Amino acid sequence: MMELAQQVGATAAAVDWHAIAPELVLAATACIVLVADLFLPDDAKWLAMPLSAAGIIGTLAAIVSLIGAGNRLTLAGAFEVDGFALLFKGVFCVLGLLILAISFHYFRVGRYYQGEYYFLMLCSLLGGVVMSSARDLVTIFIAIELISIPGFIMAGLRKGDAKSNEAALKFFLFGVLSSAVMLYGMSLAYGATGELLLEGIRAKLTAADEPLIVLSVFFIVVGFAFKISAVPFHFWAPDTYEGSPSPVAAFLSTISKIGGFVGLIVLMFRAFPDVADTWRPIFALLAILTMTVGNMIALRQTHIIRLLAYSGIAQSGYVLVALALIEPGATASNEQAFQSAVIYLAIYGIMDAGAFAAAVAFARRGGSYFIEDYSGLWQRSPVLATLLAGFLISLAGTPPMAGFWAKVFVFLAAIEAQSYLLAIVMGLNAVVAAWYYLAVVKKMFFEKAELAEPVEVPAVLRVAMGLAAAALVAVFVYPRLVTELAERSLF
Amino acid sequence: MEWFDNGWGLSLATFLPALGAIVLLFVPPDNDRLIKMIGTVFAGLALLVGLVLLTQFDFSRAGDIQLEANAEWISQINSRYHIGVDGMSLPLLVLSVLVSFLCTIYMWFHIPAPGKPKAFMALVLLLETGMNGSFIALDLLLFFIFFEIVLVPMYFLIGIWGGPRREYAAVKFFLYTLFGSIFMLLGFLAIYFKSEPHTFDMIALRDAAPFGSELFQNVAFLGLFLGFAIKVPMWPFHTWLPDAHTEAPTVGSVLLAAIMLKMGTYGFIRIALPILPDAAINYAPIIGVLAVIAIIYGALCCFAQTDLKRLIAFSSVGHMGFVMLGIATLTDEGINGAIFGMVAHGLITGMLFFLAGSMHERYHTREIADLGGMLQQIPRFGTLFTYAAIASLGLPGLAGFWGEMLALLGSYQPHPGLSEPLFRVLMVGGGVGTVLTAGYLLWTVQRVAQGRVPEKFADGRGIHDVVRLEWMAWAPLLVLILAAGVYPKLLLGVTDDAVQTLVGLLGGGG
Repeated sequence: MMELAQQVGATAAAVDWHAIAPELVLAATACIVLVADLFLPDDAKWLAMPLSAAGIIGTLAAIVSLIGAGNRLTLAGAFEVDGFALLFKGVFCVLGLLILAISFHYFRVGRYYQGEYYFLMLCSLLGGVVMSSARDLVTIFIAIELISIPGFIMAGLRKGDAKSNEAALKFFLFGVLSSAVMLYGMSLAYGATGELLLEGIRAKLTAADEPLIVLSVFFIVVGFAFKISAVPFHFWAPDTYEGSPSPVAAFLSTISKIGGFVGLIVLMFRAFPDVADTWRPIFALLAILTMTVGNMIALRQTHIIRLLAYSGIAQSGYVLVALALIEPGATASNEQAFQSAVIYLAIYGIMDAGAFAAAVAFARRGGSYFIEDYSGLWQRSPVLATLLAGFLISLAGTPPMAGFWAKVFVFLAAIEAQSYLLAIVMGLNAVVAAWYYLAVVKKMFFEKAELAEPVEVPAVLRVAMGLAAAALVAVFVYPRLVTELAERSLF
Repeated sequence: MEWFDNGWGLSLATFLPALGAIVLLFVPPDNDRLIKMIGTVFAGLALLVGLVLLTQFDFSRAGDIQLEANAEWISQINSRYHIGVDGMSLPLLVLSVLVSFLCTIYMWFHIPAPGKPKAFMALVLLLETGMNGSFIALDLLLFFIFFEIVLVPMYFLIGIWGGPRREYAAVKFFLYTLFGSIFMLLGFLAIYFKSEPHTFDMIALRDAAPFGSELFQNVAFLGLFLGFAIKVPMWPFHTWLPDAHTEAPTVGSVLLAAIMLKMGTYGFIRIALPILPDAAINYAPIIGVLAVIAIIYGALCCFAQTDLKRLIAFSSVGHMGFVMLGIATLTDEGINGAIFGMVAHGLITGMLFFLAGSMHERYHTREIADLGGMLQQIPRFGTLFTYAAIASLGLPGLAGFWGEMLALLGSYQPHPGLSEPLFRVLMVGGGVGTVLTAGYLLWTVQRVAQGRVPEKFADGRGIHDVVRLEWMAWAPLLVLILAAGVYPKLLLGVTDDAVQTLVGLLGGGG
């Protein structure tokens, strides 16, 4: 700990500007977008999107410049740039670009508050990018709020639509409640240890009052369980996803959810790994419930966004399995579990955003969100149908898509930790999940089209979906593309 | 040719079809001829590579892994791109490249509604990569990928181009296989973590075996068993098969029957038996009993079928029962017989499904009751059908005979660790099965090929004898059925060394 203190002391005086460059670029972009929106004429408001995209690409450049520059600790130890942080900053930015592509035509045609939307979305994205580096309770809390609060407003952007209002309100109430619960848990941890830095909490944890720590961990986990829509804290998610503008649903299902997971992982692995015995059962229970309930309810969905919402819940369950494998002192299997969670989140983000992109592309003109209406899509728009099938097959976890590896690595970690029950429950769930993913594929490919005209897909979306699918296939063929990164992200 | 022998040959045979599928992506979808040409050329190239591999393979040491490559792949978990063939896998690989090529030729003759040759051809090529890969993979994870990769293309082949109940059949096939393979994966992972140092390498694991307690072996074997038994399929896991086979388009049925089923039986002899030898001895009686139930049950079901394609599907259950019986004996004879049976079943049942498909093209029905008099109306076609059916019932002199004979011979004196009386009973059961098999096949021949031409086909419109494309697609199968029957050493000479190595690992005298 002495080393850490020295490090903190050394860097506390001077902020490491390079280390926080990605955040600065992103924050600046958000401000520029907001200001630019004031001066843009109505029919040029869409320029906010290319502006945002440029900003995110700039952020990516800043992230790339930090690769290989070693671990950097700044802001008095609250902010760390390491392999983990860089990986997730990259994931968030790539997902941000995908979401921009999904949003562009949706908001341009609908003329919903384009400038405001892109500003809010960038702020929320900034929350995710900060979260990747957050290493103390306050920063983690700020990051999670930064992710959530713009989300409340984005969910309600379709003001005229009662469902959108309901979505926003539900999301807001649950979000605030979960924040409060989480904050309470954090305050208990602070009270028990007198530390805000995660490393500090970890060091003083053994001496602390055990019941207090158990309570603290419990409240923190419950708070995050809302954010990642784990069962039984998932109720808001399907309604919110359905009612929100679909690109926002895509955002909530990917960036917002992964942001929650990143915070959870950082807390559990940096502050509470030594008391894993107290929280492993909570995660095991959450994982089993989340997978099973998510999948069972998904079986009955007829609305593609609701289907993706429930499937997303089940997908959270698979990541929770990885977290339920942690045992104090079992370094090898803990590292495996950690890596599998990281791999799962990275792959999940891409495939889920891809599926949302395809759903938005289909619904764009006269299409609908009902799975009914997907029948025969293959005959109308073979490329769109194939891409959506690819994303769904990836979510189902079968070759030839990257989702296969995501599941394989969680299985691997589960067997290494000798959690056979979790592995078997997850395996059965994967089969159930395949059923409803295939039901959509079946509709598109095996049934006759009622309409003949092709679904027109804008170029931006086509490129985005094509790149996402290509990335998924590439990772399937050469999984080291992600395993290497996951290995470097070990704490 | 050194590069060719160092794994490039096998990799080419495996990935050329997938490359073909990628090339097809860039072909306009309405250019029928070009699409079929590209597909046939790539499958043909894979076959050509397969034949060159035959010349490079050193048959004098067929028990060893040859033409091997072992490259780094996922170093974090020590999973490697390890490929190679020995006497057990080489015949299956050659069968796979051959039958896939014949399927691409058959596609010139016919692609069922709704057409779309580009997608059809691309899926068949992707399927071929998965099948070929399964037979060359020497790394458990690599094997698992190839084993799984066939799911998606076959799902689409059944679901888009299949018969009236195609949706149900496609989903059932997919979910059933996925269910089994997940348990298989868990078994693989358990083996990985039990081995020291952790490895997925089949050869290293084989050399390290037996490891782990007997309980561990039994549990791991159960996982592998579920995966393979569903793929074979063994009774009572067979219920997906009649649906999938019946509803699949002709080419799909042929590939399913001729090759994909073998991935399950091959898994048993390549992975489950050598790596978990103690468990193999524990499970052998169960496998043997299930196998004989499958033989008799399959035959009885065949008597009850009215749809010709469904009848052939159920006959597969019985034939694969013989293969599994051979494996269950854990003897030299039995396992040699099993491999022989796999190849023979691939040739014969592949041929039968081709014929059933072509028959449907001519008569637009597969109802046995509606057919008849083929030998009068289209004598060559009728002769071919009779020939294939008789080969299927195991007439000496044709390929079907040896597999069944050796399996029964093996069960007369099974592995010393197994109960002799039980296997004698199983032998008798299998013997009864052969009689029943002969019964239903002859009855089918009588109803379909012999007798009078039914009234409604009397005008003979659209009913023509074997056309040139069909001859091209079928001739190799017809010749090989005879060749393997007359000169079984053609195959047994290749497999025996490898099988002896395997039996040696099981601690049996062979």
